[in-house]
Parts: sequence; C-alpha cells; structure tokens
Amino acid sequence: MTEIFGVPTQALFGQLLIGLINGAFYALLSLGLAVIFGLLNIINFAHGAQYMMGAFCAWLLLEYWGVGYWWSLLLAPIAVGVTGVVIERTMLSRLYKLDHLYGLLLTFGIALIFQGLFTQHYGSSGQPYRLPTEFSGGYNLGFMFLPKYRAWVIVASLVVCLSTWYVIERTKLGSYLRAATENPSLVQAFGINVPRMITLTYGFGVGLAALAGVMAAPIYQVSPQMGANLIIVVFAVVVIGGMGSILGAILTGFGLGVIEGLTKVFYPEASNTVIFVIMVLVLLVKPAGMFGRER
Amino acid sequence: MTPGAAPRGGIWVATGVMTAALAIAPFVGVYPVFLMKALCFALFACAFNLLVGFGGLLSFGHAMFLGTAGYVCAHAAKIWGWPPELAILAGTLAATLLGVVAGALAIRRQGIYFAMITLALAQMMFFFYVQAPFTHGEDGIQAVPRGMLFGLLDLSETLIMYYVVLTIFVAAFLFICRIVNSPFGQVLQAIRENEPRAISLGYDAERYKLLAFVLSAALSGLAGSTKAIVFQLASLTDVHWTMSGEVVLMVLLGGMGTIFGPVVGAFAIIGLENYLSGFGQWVTVITGGIFVVCVLAFRRGIVGELGAWWAQRK
Repeated sequence: MTEIFGVPTQALFGQLLIGLINGAFYALLSLGLAVIFGLLNIINFAHGAQYMMGAFCAWLLLEYWGVGYWWSLLLAPIAVGVTGVVIERTMLSRLYKLDHLYGLLLTFGIALIFQGLFTQHYGSSGQPYRLPTEFSGGYNLGFMFLPKYRAWVIVASLVVCLSTWYVIERTKLGSYLRAATENPSLVQAFGINVPRMITLTYGFGVGLAALAGVMAAPIYQVSPQMGANLIIVVFAVVVIGGMGSILGAILTGFGLGVIEGLTKVFYPEASNTVIFVIMVLVLLVKPAGMFGRER
Repeated sequence: MTPGAAPRGGIWVATGVMTAALAIAPFVGVYPVFLMKALCFALFACAFNLLVGFGGLLSFGHAMFLGTAGYVCAHAAKIWGWPPELAILAGTLAATLLGVVAGALAIRRQGIYFAMITLALAQMMFFFYVQAPFTHGEDGIQAVPRGMLFGLLDLSETLIMYYVVLTIFVAAFLFICRIVNSPFGQVLQAIRENEPRAISLGYDAERYKLLAFVLSAALSGLAGSTKAIVFQLASLTDVHWTMSGEVVLMVLLGGMGTIFGPVVGAFAIIGLENYLSGFGQWVTVITGGIFVVCVLAFRRGIVGELGAWWAQRK
C-alpha cells in the first residue's frame, strides 16, 4: 500500500474527503451567518437549530408523506425560511435600535425552544435518513473510492456558495443589499423597502441553514442536537474568517474543514480542538480575522 | 448593556436583610442543599454580572471558569487529599489563570465577536476535559471528600457546610459591591457607556476590561470550587455551553447591572429547575421562552424593573 508521510493514502484521502464535506457545511452555515450579520448586525444563534430543523423537515417529509430528497431540497428551506420570516417580523425587528447583543440573546432563546421541542417530541437519539437510490454507489478514482453522495454535497454546496456570492457581489439586487448594509436610511430614501429587504435576507439566511440541514441528513443522523455543537465550531470559523467578505467565509469554511480532516490523520487527539486553536492564533496575529475589517 | 442603577444608600441594609433571611432559611423549612446550590449559582451569576452588567462585556463562555475550578478543586481534594480551604483556593487560582489567558484573547474583539470568542474558547476547554484522563470523562470526579475546614469544621455536616457556603457567598458579594463602587468600578462603567471617550480621558480601557474579566473569572472559579465541595462532584455539565447560557439567563432575568439582580435571578432559575425537574426537555423550552420574553419585554430584569418602578413612584 502506498504511503505519504507514513500514513496510508487511503486513510489520508478518506479523511481529506470527510474534511471537505465538513468544510462544505461550515461554508454554507458561515455564509448564512455572514449574510444575516451584514444586514441585520446580529449573530443568529438559532442558525444551528434551523439547520437541524431543515434536516428534520426532510426526514418528516420522507417518513410521513413519502416526499423524496429532491423536493425536500426545495421545500425544507422554504418552510424553515418562512419560520425565519415570522421570527424576524414578530421579534427581531423590535430589537434593531438596541444593543446588538440582545439579538444574540433572543436567537439563543429561540434555539433553546426549538431544540427542546424537537428533543421532547423525537427523543435525543438520531434518526437515519435513507440515501436516495440515485446516489448509491460511487466512483473509483484509482487512489480512493468516492461515494456519489459525498461528491454531490461538495459540488452542490460550492454551487450554492458561489451563486450567493454572485448575487450579492455582481447583481443589482446584491448592490441594494450591500448599500443597505452601509447606510440603510439613505437606501430607504431612494425608495427601496429596506425593512422588507431585511426580512427577506433573514429568511434567506435561515433557508441556507435549512438547505445545509437537508444535505446533511443522509450523511449524519437526524437528531435534535445535530446543530448545537456544529454552530459553535461555525462561530469559530466566522471569527477566523471575519465577516467582512462572502468569499472569505466560503474559503475559510472549506479550508478549516480540510485542516480538521488532516488533523484527524496526523494527530487525532486534537481534531476536535484544532479549529479553536487556529482561532486563538488568528486572534493573536490578526484580530479582525483573515478577511475581516475592524468595525 | 442596560445602564444599571447601583443604588448606594440602603445597600448595607438590603445586604443585611438578605444575609439574615438566608441565615434563618434552613430553620423555616427550606431544604439546605437547595439553598447551597442556589447560593453557588448566585455567586456565579454575581461574578458574571460584574463583567456584563458593569463592564458591558457579554461572555458566552463563563462555564469554563466554573467547570475548570470544579475539576481542579475536586482533583486536589480527592487525589491529592488537600483540605477543603486549599482545594477551593487551588480551583479559584486555576480559574483566575484561565481568565488571564482567555481574557487577553477575547478583549481583542468587541461586542458580538467577544461573545463568540468566549463561547469558542469554552468549547475548546470542554473538548479538552472530555479527553483529559483526570476528569474521568462522562463520569466526572465523583465522591469528592468534603473534609474538615481549617481542620476544625466538619463539612460533612450539612448545616455547617451551609453556613460555610453562606459565608463565602456573602464575603464575595460584599467584595463585588466594593469593586463596583470603587474608582475602578466607576471607570469600568464609564468604559461600558462610552469606550472612545474613556480612552480619550486617558484610561487604558484594555487593562480595565482585562482586570474585570479576570476578577469575574476568579469569582466564578470560587463558585465552581465551592460547588464541587458541596456536591462532591465535578462533571462535564459545568463546562458545557448550556451552563454558560444558564448564567446569562440568570443575570438577564434578575437584572443586568444591578447589585441584587443576579441573586434573585439565580434563585428564580434554580427554583424553577427544581420544580420542573420531572418535565424533561420542557425545562429547555421554558428556559428559552424566558430568554425570549426577557429580551423582548423585560430587559431590565426583575430587580431593574422594580428599581425603575420605585424611582418613578417617588
């Protein structure tokens, strides 16, 4: 068997793949956080819970109505996004004039409510989500075996991330969005309905989290706790990347996933903590984050 | 966050009434173990309030100080066989050192980032304690001996333990009052209100913030060590992020930036958890609900609202 640095290539590429998959989810989630933060100036603590709700939505659709993966990919983000819109309209919109930390506290409470309700109803053990048949099997790349679904997750999340980047950075709608980030009252004076834009942006960010949840459902177990620990890692990813740039969030997400995967090969004991250690190092060297600016 | 009214007059009277009420509580039918639990959390919440209420720094990782102190104290008491006073001191010292490191890192960013950094650092400590052999993972350090305090007081007697906890609590509470009303505390509140202005007046804001962070960590550590001795247990629950959230809730409910708010909040939450302990996950849902209600309608907390009502009446 071939080896690199004393590690069998099979294991190395296997972990690299897992790292890329995790990275895909980090990227999707931190992208959603960055989009929401850009306009609302709050950190959406409920992001992990909304990711979990996306996965549960897909699972419920399949178990009770026989709705398959592809429809879930569309329906779950819309359903969870609508709950996001309701949350923004009824609660978050009352907090914009206050210290931004209240938004964090509110969404933390919302996350607890969702997580508690789902745990109460479905128990804390995970539910398996059947892999759609068209994804069974995989490709033999010669040096490793690449399951079809994993390849799909990486490609799909890259496509979603890059289209989000394109919409925000290169289209008219995106330019409104960026302008409203800089100076909402001026944009409003030009006749653009900023409050509605904020509502839809929150709904979109939440939808992104739910989309990540649907994509995660066949890989990880669908459980009420699946989002809680992930979101803290994503927070560290956001601190490392800084929230100034969309592309930065995507790059940091994938990059840190890969680094985490490699750590699992070379020094498994640190694989849980490596992202936090990197966060500490980045804070020491460049407090604003790799792509951020001090605001 | 909320500009807190720290009432100066009457604080001694109120503290005296509180101490007297707590001193007779075990004799009027209140379960001492419940009181000790509530007092440990009240101390934890007061320490947290020192940072968030008077320094304006919302930490989402204070569980790391509570848990670290608990582990060090339990280890010192059980494995090294140290007497309780030294074990508590060791735990507090460990939390203080962790506070220096975590504080120096976290105050490099502000606001939301500060919260996220403290949360991430606490999660890192959590994973460390999951893996470190001396914590015994999921089991925790069990059957920690309470021992003899100063070789004189037998802490295995529940009432003696209770009065020791009460003494620790009241001493720390008065210490926090002193800090808040000292020149240091006043500058800290000035920084909370307007940091650039405080800096332009010549105050080294970073140093003040760091000192506030370390003091808060040390007092949280005192709470964690005491808790480990009282319950003879140090476990992962105390380092988990839910614990960090719980202390935020206690302070928010009681009233951020008020002297007595954290105590009221801690007793309310611990009482609620005691009462609802048979309802499983509904506790989490209700906790989340209280968060939402507090943030939307009740930002000054119980004590803050009472104070505002009192001020308006006059």
